[in-house]
Amino acid sequence: MKITVKLFATLRTDRFEQDVLHAESGTSVQQMIDMLTIPPDEAAIIFVNGRHADLRTALSDGDTLSIFPPIGGG
Amino acid sequence: MDKILRIDMGSSGGPKCTVSDLGGYAGFGGRAMTSAIVAQEVPPLCHPLGAENKLVIAPGLLSGTIAAMSGRLSIGCKSPLTGGIKESNAGGQPAQVLARLGYAAIVIEGKPAGDDLYKILIHKDGVAITADNSLKMMLNYDLVAKMKQEFGEKICCISIGPAGEMKMNAASIACTDMEQRPTRHCGRGGVGAVMGAKGVKAIVLDDTGMPVRTPRDPEKFRDANKRFVEGLMKHPVTGQGLPTYGTNVLTNIMSEAGGYPTFNFQQGSFDGASKISGETLAELEKKRGANPTHGCHRGCVIRCSGTYNDKNGNFLTKQPEYETVWSHGGNCGIDDLDAIAMLDFLDDNIGVDTIEMGATIGVAMEAGIAKFGDAEAAIAMVKEVGQGTYLGRILGGGAAVAGKVFGVERVPVVKGQAMPAYDPRAVKGIGVTYATSPMGADHTAGYAVTANILKVGGYVDPLKSDGQIELSRDLQIATAAVDSTGMCIFIAFAILDQPETFQSLLDMLSACHGVSITADGVVDLGKNVLSMERDFNARAGFTKDHDRLPRFFSTEKLAPHQVTFDVKDEDLDRVFNW
Repeated sequence: MKITVKLFATLRTDRFEQDVLHAESGTSVQQMIDMLTIPPDEAAIIFVNGRHADLRTALSDGDTLSIFPPIGGG
Repeated sequence: MDKILRIDMGSSGGPKCTVSDLGGYAGFGGRAMTSAIVAQEVPPLCHPLGAENKLVIAPGLLSGTIAAMSGRLSIGCKSPLTGGIKESNAGGQPAQVLARLGYAAIVIEGKPAGDDLYKILIHKDGVAITADNSLKMMLNYDLVAKMKQEFGEKICCISIGPAGEMKMNAASIACTDMEQRPTRHCGRGGVGAVMGAKGVKAIVLDDTGMPVRTPRDPEKFRDANKRFVEGLMKHPVTGQGLPTYGTNVLTNIMSEAGGYPTFNFQQGSFDGASKISGETLAELEKKRGANPTHGCHRGCVIRCSGTYNDKNGNFLTKQPEYETVWSHGGNCGIDDLDAIAMLDFLDDNIGVDTIEMGATIGVAMEAGIAKFGDAEAAIAMVKEVGQGTYLGRILGGGAAVAGKVFGVERVPVVKGQAMPAYDPRAVKGIGVTYATSPMGADHTAGYAVTANILKVGGYVDPLKSDGQIELSRDLQIATAAVDSTGMCIFIAFAILDQPETFQSLLDMLSACHGVSITADGVVDLGKNVLSMERDFNARAGFTKDHDRLPRFFSTEKLAPHQVTFDVKDEDLDRVFNW
């Protein structure tokens, strides 16, 4: 299946902003983060299709996975 | 910091000063001080631009000490924008300097009979008030340059631009930063119009010869401040995220979350978000030789601000905040950082609130005055505000006024004040704060974006109504207390997540004032401030029906999540039941 992955802020360093990655069906958010070699405490905020997700969330074909490090502002 | 300076601008024979001790206001600072004085002394039914209104300027309880982050200045009055009580705070140098001069508050009262415009100099030897009509309609940057020429390099300024003199609802009060630029604004609620109505153009402060405020227990204070700074540095948001990208790091996440108000609140994500994001902004600033990591006042260790250079590498404005990038950017369909930075500079120079101004232009675009995305038209509109043309006067009246004049239904205001950069349908906790804050729509009054979006201080699903009342209530109470200390609200990211950092703040307050301040005491202070503010608003004619969002948020679904604001009215009515 195809997953659109978006990375933000410091997570882009040595990685990418946006890419379409191929994964086996049923791949979890955790597995994608491991694949991207993102340390666990840096994947602080995770969205799948604009909704908060957690590490166990299973991805489906066509999903957009957005990952943010800890950030704040306002 | 044990005295109050009162200036009666309406005294026969010219403005008159009196200095008194704190009396019944002892123990108050910042927002607690401004709201206590306004609630006690201003007739709630007075006209905000009349002689009976008072403009109260107060540093926080910790301002003027060596405490990190203690540079917020509160300005309060009855608001010409909302008709209710107002406290608007800003960073910059004035809070520290005013506190070191020994003043816990300046209260500007009355109204001059003529149309003279005054400047006020406050230094260690006293106060000098002089009529100076050469300052009329002067822009903030020119004004500060003139004051420096006249009073020396070591001053800082609190001033209004032409918008304040024209008594516009959107008028702000500028505070100078470390480089003496008028970039930090008490923006919200039209406080600049009240200063203009008092005939005061500038308050110039000089603390030469005055020492740093000494805490009651200096050793304990130093130790607590050290732990406090360590806590801020340790937390990933205050130690890394904010310094690196500034507040505008929120553009991408809000658009991804579907809560980024776009085209005047018509949709919840913006295709151009990436072009104006904090990541892009920081990169551009570095490329042009500007600085993406810069504090707004001495003693700031988070340094979320920065400087923005134009294409030729010359300083144009401070790093525009997330709220400004949103209001003048995505909210108006504009994805050009240079245009947004120019709008930020114009707003600062004219002296208007960037949130109110961008929201108003969004309403004007919806009315067809210009097309969404037309940056040149937006710049021309703000220039008209500064010139005071007929169109400029309408726009300077704020979003609610412009919406009525132009016949627009979708006007995003509560109590007459424009909503900031989070759509309440997709971030329901902030919707509760917008609806119920005594200030009108104000994200800083109870920043539920923390738990709703950023997963700081817990997690409450932003798309559901469950838990939002409690979240907003707790944050509104905590914020009212923090706003009284002079502390920047961004310390909340660290104190919400790290109990030991919160304890260091309590220890600092205790050591400063020689009393034991507990977490319960802080909560009581916050409740007390909110109760005073709500009581003033009730006496000014506000009812529970004013604690509501505009109807379209309940009837129009927001894409992409197709949500409405569905927190029940009876639940909104229990936010302040504690």
